[in-house]
Amino acid sequence: MIGVGKMKQYSNVLDRPLGKGKQEVSLSAFAFLFSELVQYNQTQVDNIAELERRLEDAGYAVGARVLELLCHRDKGNRRETRLLGILSFVHSTVWKVLFGKVADSLEKGTEHEDEYMISEKELLVNRFISIPKDMGTFNCGAFVAGIVRGVLDGAGFPAVVTAHFVPVEGQQRPRTTILIKFAEEVLRREARLG
Amino acid sequence: MPPVGPRSGDAIFANIERVNAELFTLTYGAVVRQLLTDLEEVEEVNKQLDQMGYNIGIRLIDEFLAKSNLSRCVDFKETAEVIAKIGFKMFLGVTASVTNWDTDGTCCSIVLEDNPLVDFVELPDTCQGLYYCNILSGVVRGALEMVSMKTEITWIRDMLRGDDAFELQVKLLKQVPEEYPYKDDE
Repeated sequence: MIGVGKMKQYSNVLDRPLGKGKQEVSLSAFAFLFSELVQYNQTQVDNIAELERRLEDAGYAVGARVLELLCHRDKGNRRETRLLGILSFVHSTVWKVLFGKVADSLEKGTEHEDEYMISEKELLVNRFISIPKDMGTFNCGAFVAGIVRGVLDGAGFPAVVTAHFVPVEGQQRPRTTILIKFAEEVLRREARLG
Repeated sequence: MPPVGPRSGDAIFANIERVNAELFTLTYGAVVRQLLTDLEEVEEVNKQLDQMGYNIGIRLIDEFLAKSNLSRCVDFKETAEVIAKIGFKMFLGVTASVTNWDTDGTCCSIVLEDNPLVDFVELPDTCQGLYYCNILSGVVRGALEMVSMKTEITWIRDMLRGDDAFELQVKLLKQVPEEYPYKDDE
């Protein structure tokens, strides 16, 4: 019957119109969910490295989808092919959609040509998290590192992405730095493109 | 001065910090996918999602009571309305309605037309037994248990299974009398 009820049913998810992405949920809903994600993964591992790897995997799956979604919606089905282009896509577009703001900073590593860093004074996922002493360097930012890796990998820029706490003088909470180390092939290609 | 009387779901939602629903949706998707990989059995995934929801519910109720300024509900009917009109709005930004009451007022349905958990989701053939949103029923059950109501919650309709809405049947099993005075550590 035409015009009865909301026209919301589509037999196929691909037939559904792509939302504008302006919908919101409460921050606590996300925080509760994320906390369950971390707690569940804690029950599946025996060490911190494994826990970070699992959070990163979860993030990777999100990143891969975010890339696809944003390329369709915001970039007219085009994706970046140059290193700086994709980095600024992550730092600006992706960050803005996911976290409501552009990331605090994007820097090139001083010691290594293949390293870049995205820093955030207070990363969303670390906001309600305090790391117990016995968990050492564990960083929930691993989830966001996974998102970044998912986006980069999907766009053809394989990289190793890790999250680290960096203490800031005069501030109680450290900032979170997402360290991106690109694969050799990426740099070779970039050099060739000139 | 704190606001007097209960606040509407819209007012609360407008005044709290919010995040993009897509981050939430995709993160939930990642959770479900991890569970499917780890647990393999769809039934086990349903159980685990319910458990996670329960864990959330028992914590979420505190925030709910603190921000909504509600006093005790007089009956189960009011409770159901509050969940649908204030609870869902406050956390997920969607409005739900309450229908299908039974005659003695202990069983009803909460109907959701919008559900931020299921954007971009399609159930593959191998997951037909999956209650994708089972975390929600866990949340409601956990939260109600913290205000002394034991409930049983079942999914009646699910848009991922081809229905026209999401329908959660909430059945009040019993009101647990509060134990007072609380036992101190002897």
